[in-house]
Amino acid sequence: MLKVNNLYKTFNKGTVNEKSALRGVNLELNEGDFVTIIGGNGAGKSTLLNSISGVFRTDCGSIVIDGKDVTKLPEHKRAKYLGRVFQDPMMGTAADMWIEENMSLAYRRGKPRGLKWAITNKERAAYREMLSQLGLGLEDRLSSKVGLLSGGQRQALTLLMAVMQKPKLLLLDEHTAALDPKTAETVLNLSEKFINEGNLTTMMITHNMNDAIAHGNKLIMMHDGRIIYGVSGEEKKNLTVDDLLKKFSDLSGEKFANDRALLN
Amino acid sequence: MLEFLNSMPGAVAQGIIWGIMAIGVYITFKILDVADLTVDGSMATGGAVMVVCMTSGMNVGLAMLIAFAAGCAAGLITGVFHTKFGIPAILAGILTQFILYSVNLRIMSQKANLPLSVEKYNLLISLRNLPRAVIVGAIFVVIIIAVLYWFFGTELGHSLRATGCNSNMARANGINIDTNKIIGLVLSNGIVAASGALLAQYQGFADINMGRGAIVIGLAAVIIGEVLLGKIFKNFSLKLLSAVIGGIIYYIVITLVLRAGLNANDLKMLSALVVAVFLGIPYWKQKVAERRTVKEAADNAQG
Repeated sequence: MLKVNNLYKTFNKGTVNEKSALRGVNLELNEGDFVTIIGGNGAGKSTLLNSISGVFRTDCGSIVIDGKDVTKLPEHKRAKYLGRVFQDPMMGTAADMWIEENMSLAYRRGKPRGLKWAITNKERAAYREMLSQLGLGLEDRLSSKVGLLSGGQRQALTLLMAVMQKPKLLLLDEHTAALDPKTAETVLNLSEKFINEGNLTTMMITHNMNDAIAHGNKLIMMHDGRIIYGVSGEEKKNLTVDDLLKKFSDLSGEKFANDRALLN
Repeated sequence: MLEFLNSMPGAVAQGIIWGIMAIGVYITFKILDVADLTVDGSMATGGAVMVVCMTSGMNVGLAMLIAFAAGCAAGLITGVFHTKFGIPAILAGILTQFILYSVNLRIMSQKANLPLSVEKYNLLISLRNLPRAVIVGAIFVVIIIAVLYWFFGTELGHSLRATGCNSNMARANGINIDTNKIIGLVLSNGIVAASGALLAQYQGFADINMGRGAIVIGLAAVIIGEVLLGKIFKNFSLKLLSAVIGGIIYYIVITLVLRAGLNANDLKMLSALVVAVFLGIPYWKQKVAERRTVKEAADNAQG
């Protein structure tokens, strides 16, 4: 479903702020794979996800989604294949627009937008049904401005919008990091539910080691722009946080450093 | 007082024409979140095209359409400067405005002022017949608002709103924000030029400077409408209407202060200051709120 070949990205090339964010990343995911990504500060986790979604062009290497080479496609054209949830709950929804308007925008992801009426009554009923799955009472607030929702509600809505038009690849970039622990758990459980129900190929960056072990069938560890460790299946299930920390220091020769890391 | 009341219909008619212009400003300023200075030029372009088309014997409806199209072209230039040249929107608008000064003079055969007599030509609107001017202006307002209400309710219209509201979200949902910004600028300047075409008919001439400061008047109308009616007018079509009403109120106030003896040359300064103050209010509110939060936190820490 996803093939990333030899991806390189350097920011601010030729200046004092030059930063090699990706140095030869290779990754292959099969349909239905759910990989969690961990790593220290500046390891290149977000850069990898942003490269895949086309926020910027990479220096070299290729990205293939479902057999289609998207390396040179602009961000808005790649959106057809991708569902994305960002770390910042404000980023994934349009605050001044209603819940149903936001959903109708997401419902048309990857489709041409013409002069047809933006929301039909049939769609509205479907949106209500989908919102009720979130269990947050949003199904009765279709015409509320999204800006009036809490961070957790907005993030749950963004998640729903990312999956309502089944994506080839779901990208979750620390999407629970800005939420309080209880809301974070709700959003993470919803993510797990949608991923299982839709058999969605998923990449999830997390700073929570336990979550990284508990969710998904694969785990990769990044350091200094490279994937230094990958594990899957039974072996992954049996990991402990201590195993991961030891792995990290063995492979990188450094102690695991992440401002937000939750180690237990 | 009687004199003031007598001058009301004129103020209302002018307010409606500038209110149509303010609808154009609303599209860029409120929906796309871009301050587009092209309008100072495209307003005059609309007037110039209108007069030249009429004097060459064209039908008034066709002349209006061509004026609208000329405004659209002006918006297209700004849109291309902004999205394809990577020029900040404000500067892109200023550049186009500068281009239009030359273009408008060419349209008017290098004359700064061209007359359009209502006696010779069959015009839609004129200050010689104020009741008719008000009615025709109102019909234009209704048509433009109806069309825009429909447009911004379509899939494409929604994607334009998302572009202005959250460009990250728009891109992530497959929306080409460059194309959308261009569409918005084209539409906005088309409407502004149509307003310029109406103004040229109303005053009976086109002038190279007729759009000078239009952006300020447009913003004033949008802001006055929002401040006075924002709490009651929630629906999109009513929000557009509030910009027109803002334009009318603006001209009534202008008429009032001129009657009260204000020097007409000081008007521009007064308008700009009013706009500056109203644009500042949300910022100041936020500052006060922040200060209050800091103070409460300090009080809590002590207590």
